[in-house]
Amino acid sequence: MTATVRPVPASRPSARERRSSRRRWLLTAGLTAVAMLVVFPLYWMVVSALTPGGQSASSDFYVWPAAPTTQNFAEVFAQQPVWRWLGNSFFVAAVGTALSVCVSLGAGYALAKYRFRGRGLLYALFLVTIMIPIQVTLVPAFLVVARLGLVDSPWAVILPTLFDVVGIFIARQFLLGVPDALVEAARLDGAGELRTFVRVVLPSCWPLVGVLVILGFMNRWNDFLWPLVVLQGNESLTVPVGLSTLTNNPAFSSPWGAVMAVATVAVVPLLVVFLVFQRTFVQGIASTGIK
Amino acid sequence: MSPHGETLTAEPVPATAPAPAAATGDAARRWRTRWAPYLFVGPAGLLFLAFSLVPIVIAVALSFQDTATLGEGEWVGADNYRTMLADPLLRTALLNTLVFTLGTVPTAMAVGLALAVALNRPLPGRGALRALFFVPMVAAGVVVGVVMSWIFNPDYGVANNALRAVGLDGLPWLTSPRTAMATLILVVVWTRIGFCMVIYLGALQSIPSELREAAAIDGASGWQRFRRLTVPMLAPTTSILLILNVVFSLQAFDVIYVMTGGGPGFSTTVLIQYVFRSAFADARMGYAAALGLLLVLILLVFTLLRQRATKKAEELL
Repeated sequence: MTATVRPVPASRPSARERRSSRRRWLLTAGLTAVAMLVVFPLYWMVVSALTPGGQSASSDFYVWPAAPTTQNFAEVFAQQPVWRWLGNSFFVAAVGTALSVCVSLGAGYALAKYRFRGRGLLYALFLVTIMIPIQVTLVPAFLVVARLGLVDSPWAVILPTLFDVVGIFIARQFLLGVPDALVEAARLDGAGELRTFVRVVLPSCWPLVGVLVILGFMNRWNDFLWPLVVLQGNESLTVPVGLSTLTNNPAFSSPWGAVMAVATVAVVPLLVVFLVFQRTFVQGIASTGIK
Repeated sequence: MSPHGETLTAEPVPATAPAPAAATGDAARRWRTRWAPYLFVGPAGLLFLAFSLVPIVIAVALSFQDTATLGEGEWVGADNYRTMLADPLLRTALLNTLVFTLGTVPTAMAVGLALAVALNRPLPGRGALRALFFVPMVAAGVVVGVVMSWIFNPDYGVANNALRAVGLDGLPWLTSPRTAMATLILVVVWTRIGFCMVIYLGALQSIPSELREAAAIDGASGWQRFRRLTVPMLAPTTSILLILNVVFSLQAFDVIYVMTGGGPGFSTTVLIQYVFRSAFADARMGYAAALGLLLVLILLVFTLLRQRATKKAEELL
């Protein structure tokens, strides 16, 4: 997407080189310090989760607990249906992402590669929805879901988020770059429209699919407000909603340890995905900001 | 995968690629290319209709009603809009929204730009550093909210413990109306610098390095190169980032909901928080719908202004 032009290292006077090398190390040291500060909150979350009571009793600071324990995890997993929350979150995120990626790819392909009546208007209408915050449609969307009889079901969370404007936008941008000649050639070879798309266009789109999957999964896994509204029973909550119910839970005498344990469990899966697919991940985030 | 698979593949397909003479094959193909796009875009269109368009229409209708519960409302004309004009809480919420947006957007963009420029150089460990700055992006708003509430807890939080350790007084952070907003801004900036950095890095990498080298040979200092070359080249990116960040800030909900719920008092209630509160705490659905539409109006006006400003700037250049 972005061609990286690397500067050719020119031979420079050595005094200047040494000075610039020292400055480079200084800069690296400074940036490392800032980076430590930036990741500290999440690190502290893990430390607190591994400390009994979440350190609420002591004001000592330590880099790592003297006796790390999984007691907080055991306690909160025993008292709350955390496994169910994780399962619900996974179901919603996986099924929602799979379906939504298909919808976005189809719409993006139609908008990028066909001329049809109403295309411009449709695309403009789609894009306007980016401007409409979920709070505006919260109550009416709830009414629609209630009419469909889906309240408290994972499908209540999945269905309204299947239409993903940003996904359609990214898909369209990417598919615009697929040469028309490729599509034409497949048609001339006698392939039907769907077969052309699935067999010829899609195989050149794996980076796009990767970006859509990762973005879609992250947004669904982290989503909060909509699940908060449509999910009601404690057993049917997703992890973020469950987590938010813990903070004011009188059942815990000192809830911080338990809260940090669930917070850790909520972040770790995404963190692993991020570390494994870092490149796709960053590319995906970046492509939401590229016109 | 898609429900229309059979109709498309079941069609008669000419076995070999025919010359233009094969008129029937041509006609079939034309027919297919005419209808195929509607089938491809159909699922998205239907979902858009059911879960975006219909709710928006209902929201507009609700804004002219007085609805206490989710039941049938009573038509009250423009009453909700008249209430809005005289509502002192709305004025506070709008002011808070302005402070929150002005506090978060420029700060996050400036820090993101500084990090991007620094990390665009060949530094040891550059990849790892970029990844570290990006990590907060991955955390859910709720997770950020609970973790930051714990860190900024005035009695036991590590932030105040650190302040006390160096001999300073602890701050009240989220518990005082004087510091709660600043704390929220700090937290939201933290979640967003990685995003700004990534977008700026992408743009920086597409600036040809020859340009910078030529400027350096001409004797431009580092700051001059940044000010006169990098910043103007990044203007389109800055413009997009500005819009995105303002939209993010106007829609920021999760972190505020978890950390302060709009309080203490009314000190961190931004517009979106007030919409939620009106709908679910005060059960004023009609009024909440009207407030929501006000928010959409603000977003639209901002986007249009921004577009005009960009166009003007482009004309001047």
